[in-house]
Amino acid sequence: MVFTLALRNLLHDRVRLAVTLIGILFSIVLVAVQLGLYLGSSRMITANIARSNADLIVTTFGAKSFEDGGLLLGDRERHQALATPGVESVVPLVVAFAEWRKPEGGSSRVVLIGSDADDQGLLPWGLIQGSVEDIKAPDAIAVDSTYLSELGVNGIGDTAQAAGGRVKIRALTEGIRSFTQSPYAYTTLNRARQLLGADDDKSTFLLVKLAPGANITEVQKDLGHRLDSADVLTKDEFESRSLKQWLFRTGAGLALIGGAILGSLVGTVIVAQTLYSSTKDHIHEFATLRALGSSRGYIYKVILAQAGLSAIMGYVLGMAIALLILYLSRNSSLPLVMTPGLAFWLFALTLFMCAISALSAIVKVTKIDPATVFAR
Amino acid sequence: MTTTPVMQADNIVKELGAGAGLVVAVKGVSLELVPGELTLLMGPSGSGKTTLLSILGCIMKPTSGSIRIADTKIDGLSAEELAKVRRDHLGFIFQSYNLFPTLNAIENVRIALDVRGVKGFAATSRSEEVLREVGLGHRLTNYPRNLSGGEQQRVAVARAIASSPSIVLADEPTAALDSENGHAVMALLSRIAKEQHRSVLAVTHDPRTLGYADRVVRIEDGRIVGEERRPEGIDSPEITDLTKRRKLHA
Repeated sequence: MVFTLALRNLLHDRVRLAVTLIGILFSIVLVAVQLGLYLGSSRMITANIARSNADLIVTTFGAKSFEDGGLLLGDRERHQALATPGVESVVPLVVAFAEWRKPEGGSSRVVLIGSDADDQGLLPWGLIQGSVEDIKAPDAIAVDSTYLSELGVNGIGDTAQAAGGRVKIRALTEGIRSFTQSPYAYTTLNRARQLLGADDDKSTFLLVKLAPGANITEVQKDLGHRLDSADVLTKDEFESRSLKQWLFRTGAGLALIGGAILGSLVGTVIVAQTLYSSTKDHIHEFATLRALGSSRGYIYKVILAQAGLSAIMGYVLGMAIALLILYLSRNSSLPLVMTPGLAFWLFALTLFMCAISALSAIVKVTKIDPATVFAR
Repeated sequence: MTTTPVMQADNIVKELGAGAGLVVAVKGVSLELVPGELTLLMGPSGSGKTTLLSILGCIMKPTSGSIRIADTKIDGLSAEELAKVRRDHLGFIFQSYNLFPTLNAIENVRIALDVRGVKGFAATSRSEEVLREVGLGHRLTNYPRNLSGGEQQRVAVARAIASSPSIVLADEPTAALDSENGHAVMALLSRIAKEQHRSVLAVTHDPRTLGYADRVVRIEDGRIVGEERRPEGIDSPEITDLTKRRKLHA
């Protein structure tokens, strides 16, 4: 009967139910979009680090993100790293912003990534045209299809100028987005060095693979002592550092999280207001229940059931709209991400939001004087 | 008929308000209710009868005095403990019926059982049974808006007796009803008292109800000023010549 009464109370006033559901829906969509963007941004920021074939990453001292290394590491550091017990291989990786001159005029910026396919350090993924082998060809470069128009090219075979040299598009990827909005352009290690005018031994990062059985903490510590002008980070540490740089030092992440919190607050206030108003309208019924001998707990259950039912209905509607937005954003340069975990936490948040919203109504019924049943 | 009281109220006093606005609504009332008897509590507006009903119904706490329901002394009980006493021993009928507009007749009865922990088939079948008892077997799924005033009050009666309480308290049960429905509801309450051996106390100022009473308690200005009892062996509902046993309080 608790759910029957709760559902009937909700359906009794359709307009108020609509307002409640719109409040929850608005909140869910806002939070889903904000957190979806946050998650999408996080994935973009860490994608290359996550894909790199390394147990430890050597960066120049204080490098704040994947795009912020400079070309300061050389053979000395590479040999020192190779000489460290427990290290199996050390693969250099070049990453740097570069100017991209469009064939039809104008320029833009790309993040040039140089890595040799044979080293298996960091290779482009999600190839939809061309292959890793194609990137080995002279002047070859791979870019993501999302950014073709931004780069002023149409596809495979088009040429442009990156940094100091001519490049030809030999492969296209799908799904490699850039948080900085400067597309990633993949080429070979030496070609990247040439384009950037760097010495033959220079690199931005050293991707370290450990020998089987080596203790990662000990090797990291050992490498840290040997490479005093570099940082030695695990992938997780470097991902965290990059996220911190792009999401928090720039304020972008705070804005997204702030938007999500604001969405939750607005939703909570709307649901609280409508639940309170519904409780007030049904206060005589609750007083009657109390006079009939119901415990306070029973009445709380009715109110919480109302809140729970509102949450479920609002969540379903909100998620449907959020998923539609997610679908529409799939080909944009900043696609939203929805994971089962995020969907679960959004549901938990909706329930929590509605439970918190029920507090004002519960406070109201706590003060019910069942004697009012005789005053009607 | 057993004369063991199911409710004993002793020297009940109820003060309302405070300071200059203090009103003593009930002034030392003592009352016993026995099973099988329909008692009317009559008095003019403001005489304290509804306040007394609230106190006897464990809804309002008296300022002083004591109440015993069955074997439970209810003095000093918390609000939740009083709610349990109401669940275990009392059924209520209200002047405005107080039905849930969003629930149909059977659900309105079921909810009274639900708060008592009776659920599922047992609750449904008991609700149907009491609705048939009050003559609403054909209106089980009707919502209050589709029932006449008399039918709504009969649903309220069914709700009050569904849990088989030993005491049924009714607040002006005929006030919102026309003559025919008023008589029907009073006949029903009288039958509940007699056939189900319950104690029924109805607060009223409706003279049409007098004929159904086994006993009439008159209250004025917060005091019981008289008590009249139907003579033994007279069953006619039209009886008005009640044996008077006036008991004026100082």
